[in-house]
Amino acid sequence: MQQIFNFLIRNKNNILFLLLFGLSLFLTIQSHSFHKSKFISSANFITGGIYKKANNIQSYFYLEEYNERLLEENNLLRNKLSNVPDTLFNDTFIDSTVYEGIYEFRTARVINNNYSKVDNYITLDKGRKDNILPESGVVTSQGIVGIIDNASKNYSRVISILNSDSKINAQLKKTNHFGSLVWNGKDPNIIQLIDVPRLAPVKKGDTIITGGKSLIFPRGIPIGNIVGFALDENGSYYTIDIKLFNDMTNIGHVYVIVNKDRKEIRELEDIDD
Amino acid sequence: MGFINPYLYLLFLIVYPFNTPQGLFMLIAFLLGLSIDTFEDSGGIHAAACVFIAYIRPIILRFSFGISYDYQTVKLSNTPYGARLSYIILMVLLHNLLLFILEMFSFSHVYLILKKTFFTSIFTILLVLISLTLFKPKRR
Repeated sequence: MQQIFNFLIRNKNNILFLLLFGLSLFLTIQSHSFHKSKFISSANFITGGIYKKANNIQSYFYLEEYNERLLEENNLLRNKLSNVPDTLFNDTFIDSTVYEGIYEFRTARVINNNYSKVDNYITLDKGRKDNILPESGVVTSQGIVGIIDNASKNYSRVISILNSDSKINAQLKKTNHFGSLVWNGKDPNIIQLIDVPRLAPVKKGDTIITGGKSLIFPRGIPIGNIVGFALDENGSYYTIDIKLFNDMTNIGHVYVIVNKDRKEIRELEDIDD
Repeated sequence: MGFINPYLYLLFLIVYPFNTPQGLFMLIAFLLGLSIDTFEDSGGIHAAACVFIAYIRPIILRFSFGISYDYQTVKLSNTPYGARLSYIILMVLLHNLLLFILEMFSFSHVYLILKKTFFTSIFTILLVLISLTLFKPKRR
């Protein structure tokens, strides 16, 4: 017994080191496995609060730019609205109860944004209280941003598309050939679309949109332009480089897309298990 | 290359008094790393890297300052310049290397890890040196 105590006292530094190092490794490994509720995250009470305070001050400096973006978006929506070809004709056919759709948009403000690491996260200033739940899509007026993975009462955390865990279904605008959107961790403006079949007519400058094969994003949200593409080693799939429409280094306000039917679809899919 | 993010918080671990008990120093380093991890959403990589360099700091100190470290008389402000530089470089390099290995978490990105470690370390070391010259302790 005496010897055990002596051993412990003699090696107390090594033991403490192993303990602390093991604890931090555990947290690291946990953060690398997708979809787990984490206490150590920027969406908790303290960090979210501090980020929000800081952002309250910072956002004043960007007011002009945000206004400009809003004007641009309003312009776009107005153009769409006033160019509906024949309103009389449409009125008879649009059934407003069906037209409402299953997606609901909510606004939120970005209070923390990363883009220089391999696994980047964004923190928003709204959470469960505003009915924002994990696995909701996040977009701006220009393109997609990411998916919510963790929501506390007042804050939520978004897995940015600039994250090695992020995998989003996307397709060519012209045809229906689709693939998965991933990021190789290098340039925050260029992301990759992989597993696009060789048959697809890929051309530089073509637009990529979301595919709508998941519950998270509706179909047709713009993502970016093709700037380059190459066949993979087997020669059967394209890997496409996409320049984002969205400037991921400069996001102010975002829209969170809530799928109202999600619970129902989930229940349907879970019947198998 | 994208963006370089120097980690100036290493300055705290570099100038922390050399004669504090090792266990206490490791605990402080762990808490520092963990608080940065919560804000950066990076799991536990900063905590791991901080605890690691806190653990091996005596070895680096002995390597850089030689036998005089053992008599607990060393103060960072009155050491020879070369020794101080080697101490800082070693601390920053080891910290960043472990940090980026844990961040990537795969050995298929060795080239990217080394590149990031190299560039981030250069800027961190520069910032640390600038801060040390700007905030010199007053001589009495």
